[in-house]
Amino acid sequence: MTDAVDTAVPLSGTKFFMNFPITATSHSLADYKARGGYQALEKALREMQPAEVTKEVSASGLLGHGGAAFPAGRKWGVVKLTDGEPHYVCMNADEGEPGTFKDRWLLEHVPHLCLEGLIIGSYALQGRHAFIYIRGEFDLSHRRMSDAIEEAYEAGLLGENILGTGYSCDVVLYRGAGSYVCGEASAMLASLEGKKGWPRNRPPRLTVKGLYQKPTVVNNVETLANVPVIISRGAMEFKKVGTPKSPGTQMISISGHIARPGVYEVEYGYPWQKFIFEDCGGMQGGAALKCIIPGGVSTKLLSAKEIEPLTLDHNSALAGGSQLGSGGMIAIAEGTCMVRLAQVIQRFYHHESCGQCTPCREGMGWMERILNRIVAGGGRPEDIDRLYQISTANDGTTICSLGDSAGYACSAILDHYREEFEYYITHKRSMYDGRLVVDDPFAGALSTAEARA
Amino acid sequence: MKHLIPEFEQWKRRYPAGFEGSLTIPCLRRIQEDRGYIADSDITELVEYLGISRIQVDEAIVFYTQFTRKPLGTHHLQVCHNVSCSMRGAEGLIAHLGAKLGIGPGQTTTDGRFTLTTVECLASCGTAPMMMVGDAYHENLTPASVDALLEELAQ
Repeated sequence: MTDAVDTAVPLSGTKFFMNFPITATSHSLADYKARGGYQALEKALREMQPAEVTKEVSASGLLGHGGAAFPAGRKWGVVKLTDGEPHYVCMNADEGEPGTFKDRWLLEHVPHLCLEGLIIGSYALQGRHAFIYIRGEFDLSHRRMSDAIEEAYEAGLLGENILGTGYSCDVVLYRGAGSYVCGEASAMLASLEGKKGWPRNRPPRLTVKGLYQKPTVVNNVETLANVPVIISRGAMEFKKVGTPKSPGTQMISISGHIARPGVYEVEYGYPWQKFIFEDCGGMQGGAALKCIIPGGVSTKLLSAKEIEPLTLDHNSALAGGSQLGSGGMIAIAEGTCMVRLAQVIQRFYHHESCGQCTPCREGMGWMERILNRIVAGGGRPEDIDRLYQISTANDGTTICSLGDSAGYACSAILDHYREEFEYYITHKRSMYDGRLVVDDPFAGALSTAEARA
Repeated sequence: MKHLIPEFEQWKRRYPAGFEGSLTIPCLRRIQEDRGYIADSDITELVEYLGISRIQVDEAIVFYTQFTRKPLGTHHLQVCHNVSCSMRGAEGLIAHLGAKLGIGPGQTTTDGRFTLTTVECLASCGTAPMMMVGDAYHENLTPASVDALLEELAQ
């Protein structure tokens, strides 16, 4: 049984999170406090007015780390402290974008830092109750966060009259039950109300009408984990890290055909190629890099050539034609069959479509079936255009942005590797023997050979 | 389900007033953990306890993939076959499990010990291929580690 995501390879640059040795107790309150933990909460509660906290977060330029990179301070700033309504802050710990596992690292190793950020955020918005929505499958993360919450209550860091300052806050740890779409903020709030996780149209924004129709801020785990850092260091010091337009660091989880998969913390602006070929050790078995899915499968892939001039920050990724998204990077080696990869991706979107909007519910199924047909050797010449048509028909016609982007992955694969689809359709077989794996641990297993025969 | 009510009452204390409906999913999770699946009587009793509509509970059970209305095998093997896992051997892992257990995805062994399911991304991409058994993640799987695990579970 594996206990935790344990990769932490030192990179050059500032580290806000991966800056301590991981031990059996490093996630505990005692160890966290010994590292200076909860001093930011003390500072916020004792020395700062709620609006000042929001001002500081705005001044830091902190961008949301869930995928959309929306300025966190601007989101908080929408909530009016004097409206007489209850306000809620919800930590989005429903990490489910394929390729993304950095929040899991934060929840397992620095649960108190995430919690401290949530309490500070809740203070800034004068919330009496805050929520953590954690995905149902996360067992260790859930236990670590649950323990952290109980420790915080014991220590007077949660509940009535926190640290004797007069501010009170309760935290509800809420476990999902298996749904990709619940990572979308409005779906998450529906789920928190005990309903099926269906996204809803905006306006009104969630910061105006959110959980039970009350103003609600939903922030990603990593976004909230940055808040104590900003309060401790001050916005101006925080901004010295990273690039002017992407201040701070980004937790990147990298997987696929990479020699050293795992979670890394990089300062924004770090050279992309250096990250892949030096820090992550290049590709498995010295294979050549074909392309990269930069920030979860919903972001458009970039070829090896395209990433050459890019750096790891939002503007550079945008200039390159994609996004950093959730920091869930997947490295794909030369020799991988992109038709089969598209099939795996499309099966996922079909499976996870919540079924509310027709273009996504029907379209993802059509795309999966077309790809299944091509892979089975029954592809038709018109299939490629049809895949394009369906994927673009989704854009702007669905309630949530997950629906919007559900076709992006496939259209980006078609943009780059159309010839592989044409070859598959014409020859009724893959240009690359349908290969998905570089080094298959199950290749030699006798039972596998029997099962495949 | 009724014997779980004292536990549910404990949870309520940290929720704001008027959030009874929010307990639907936590209660369903606990019921399933207790019984192994969600029975008709659980639904009727939960509807009555929370004072919510029956359709809200029915929809939640159908919508969330972790809920089941039928008993599963003693050990529920959930293998991720999303992108990163597929790139690290998930197809071979599924075939290997299938050959060892004599079942395919979605099936339960005749002795009721194992249910095999394929699932989408469990956020364990850096340690692929992987599967979840019960609540526990098993990562960086190889034929040898899978065989050892199956033997341990069969005892």
